[in-house]
Amino acid sequence: MTAEQTILMDGAGIKRALTRIAHEILEHNKGVADIVLIGIRSGGEFLADGIAQQISIIEGGAVPVGVVDITLYRDDCSGQLPHHPVGKTEIPFSLEAKKVILVDDVLYTGRTIRAAMDAMMDFGRPQSIQLAVLIDRGHRELPIRADYVGRNVPTSQKENVQVVFDKMDQPIEVLLEK
Amino acid sequence: MAEFKQKHIIALRDLSKEEIELLISSAESMREINSRDIKKVPTLRGKTIINLFYEASTRTRTSFEIAGKRLSADTVNIAPSNSSATKGETLSDTALNLLAMKPDIIVMRHAVSGSHYFLANKVSCSIINAGDGAHEHPSQGLLDLLTMKDKFGRLDGLKVAIVGDITHSRVARSDIQGLTKLGSSVYLAGPPTMMPPGVEKLGDVTVCTTMNEAIQDADVVMMLRIQQERQGKTLMPNAREYSRYFGLNPNNIKLAKPDAMIMHPGPINRGVEMSSYVVDGNQSWILKQVENGVAVRMAMLYHVCGGELE
Repeated sequence: MTAEQTILMDGAGIKRALTRIAHEILEHNKGVADIVLIGIRSGGEFLADGIAQQISIIEGGAVPVGVVDITLYRDDCSGQLPHHPVGKTEIPFSLEAKKVILVDDVLYTGRTIRAAMDAMMDFGRPQSIQLAVLIDRGHRELPIRADYVGRNVPTSQKENVQVVFDKMDQPIEVLLEK
Repeated sequence: MAEFKQKHIIALRDLSKEEIELLISSAESMREINSRDIKKVPTLRGKTIINLFYEASTRTRTSFEIAGKRLSADTVNIAPSNSSATKGETLSDTALNLLAMKPDIIVMRHAVSGSHYFLANKVSCSIINAGDGAHEHPSQGLLDLLTMKDKFGRLDGLKVAIVGDITHSRVARSDIQGLTKLGSSVYLAGPPTMMPPGVEKLGDVTVCTTMNEAIQDADVVMMLRIQQERQGKTLMPNAREYSRYFGLNPNNIKLAKPDAMIMHPGPINRGVEMSSYVVDGNQSWILKQVENGVAVRMAMLYHVCGGELE
């Protein structure tokens, strides 16, 4: 791999961004009542845990965290997708009348979020669905926007944005590959 | 993680260890859908699946149909009694006619071993084997593996006894292929008239002369149905004698490990290969096998949709 890499955010920067997002979620929803966090596998899963931790530090009390694997809701099933295994969806609580905060690492075309929203609807009727992402890199192909953004990064479509996690599933940096 | 590269699933013999593990892992993930209020995902929307069953089946056909529907595919069932096979149409002609209706997957059960390979060369859609003669029954093999993994968390190093009519059993062949690829040891027992010569060449397979030898310290005891419709009358004197030598009952079950799983691919001849006490006992995983069947078949239908990968 000869790609040129730039570090967009380091571990401390990611942590600050997640802390700010936690504050914004609490401010916007006026507390933790009825809030559930759903991470989109795989990157969003660990970020959702990070945000939930911050929320419990700020307000006290645990926020339910679930994980959704959106493979079965994708719109490109006939392509490369069925060559890869399907991940687990774990939402061990009802979403009925909850404020669902979807968490993903990078917001790009919006197709993943469309699929995740469809999945949420199959689990009940949430009061609202909000979206938190660490990086918004633009190039949307669907009318979707994030409610909480760690950082906006204008990119070209040839570039690749990657959130890197360590062995403990803690985010350590965000890379831009050219 | 490995990739699933096959367009057809005809035999576990054709799949790599990694591909079998991938199917089991996806099935584990898909199981969650079956416990939801809304048991449906949009994955195979617009795909057409034809269930072509030339032999009787309740579990497998229903299970494939439900699996297809839970993935939002359109499923059509064709049974021989109401198809043109009764009017003398050949398998090849039936297949080409069905193909003209543009199915994406044909799930077939047929009495002739290897008929799926013949069909796969004729048609452009994916073929899934739901049982062919005495060859293989891959979906049953996979659901057996998944059920064993549920209990033990692994398949490596298990002692699995398979008892009964091995010669006529496609379930036994798929189980042997899957289990030996994933590191289990297989012990077979059955009347000599129902034991295929050379079966020990399939891998870590031991042929036992008595049932007790096979089930001694086994982690899993898989009992097979006596297939009266497939065998002639000469293979065993009568059901009572068979039951005495190769039936699982409250006494010989104690030879297996205390927490051994008892499995059976169904349908059961109660009182022949197993006593009712064992079928309904707390070591029986038979209904869990059926439950896992839906998730396993969902995984099979999903993964063949990627087509062949070089």
